[in-house]
Amino acid sequence: MPRDILVSQSKSSRELSTDVPSLDMFCTWLAATPLSQTIQSAEWVIPAVQTVHILAIATVMTSVLMIDLRLMGVGARDQTMAAVAKRFLPFVWWPLPILFATGATLIIAEPARALENPVFYLKMGLLLAAAGVTLTCQMPLARNAAFWELSSARRWAARIIASVSLPLWAAIIFAGRWIAYIQKT
Amino acid sequence: MLEAFLQSLQSTAVATAIREGESFFPWIECVHVLALTIVIGSIAIVDLRLVGLTSRDRSVAQVTAATLPVTWCAFVAAVITGGLLFSSNATTYGHNFFFQAKLLLIAAAGLNMAAYHLFVGRGADTWRTPSLTPLRGRIAGAISLCLWITIAACGRWIGFTIDMPT
Repeated sequence: MPRDILVSQSKSSRELSTDVPSLDMFCTWLAATPLSQTIQSAEWVIPAVQTVHILAIATVMTSVLMIDLRLMGVGARDQTMAAVAKRFLPFVWWPLPILFATGATLIIAEPARALENPVFYLKMGLLLAAAGVTLTCQMPLARNAAFWELSSARRWAARIIASVSLPLWAAIIFAGRWIAYIQKT
Repeated sequence: MLEAFLQSLQSTAVATAIREGESFFPWIECVHVLALTIVIGSIAIVDLRLVGLTSRDRSVAQVTAATLPVTWCAFVAAVITGGLLFSSNATTYGHNFFFQAKLLLIAAAGLNMAAYHLFVGRGADTWRTPSLTPLRGRIAGAISLCLWITIAACGRWIGFTIDMPT
């Protein structure tokens, strides 16, 4: 049995109650579907899907980090912000469908683990916020590649965007791990 | 000998605190996961350039110089947090196949990297485009990429195969 589940069962202080019977019923129904049953019965599926999920996260997280370090003026200073953004922005977006597909598979396998878990909704909220911050950085670049380098005020704005972006993406990873530890019993 | 070492590691004050604390383990694990995503992601930036798939307009040496400082910082964080997680149940992890495999594969990745820096990567500053990147460099990148993907998988499998006493 996975350690995270064992820990969560032993920690009664983290037990949560749910007051949403229809969600409860949906999770019970989903867990009983043939697809969910198939995933649950093959022991290797969940760790394999989680591995793909985390490799996709690694792609997003590292790409965001490389862009943000440049925006902050810490790394890759021999390249323009636009060059770094152009190199890494595609790798922030294209793993997202993979993350949704693997995340959905994990939810189908164990619906209540995520859907009845407040941390899961926190994670989705953080994801929306992080996507918004990334678009705030990205959209002006589409009109003018030098947008963030045109004035000292804009360079500061880019720094602020970067220093909001990094903690947000890190918090998404933290929330993802905490889903395993905050469990309804 | 090894068994005694694992036992004494596990009974240190720090290991005991992590094992018995309410939320030390999950928080340390969070930092470990964050660190390892950056380790694997940043190594992949170099590997994919070596193979010739990304950063095709930059030399291998430029990509390495921009990326490896990030890799090393994250690697230190991953080793420290990983060591703390390991210490909390050293005897259990020490006997886990996937943990042992993970350590061996990290050692193999280290050897591959050492070979790259000592011999394979000589002249990487002249590898300005993928077509100027020799086959030995491409192979080193492909090996590294495969190793780190397997290391990530082993790490995830540890959590599903350990037999915890509590």
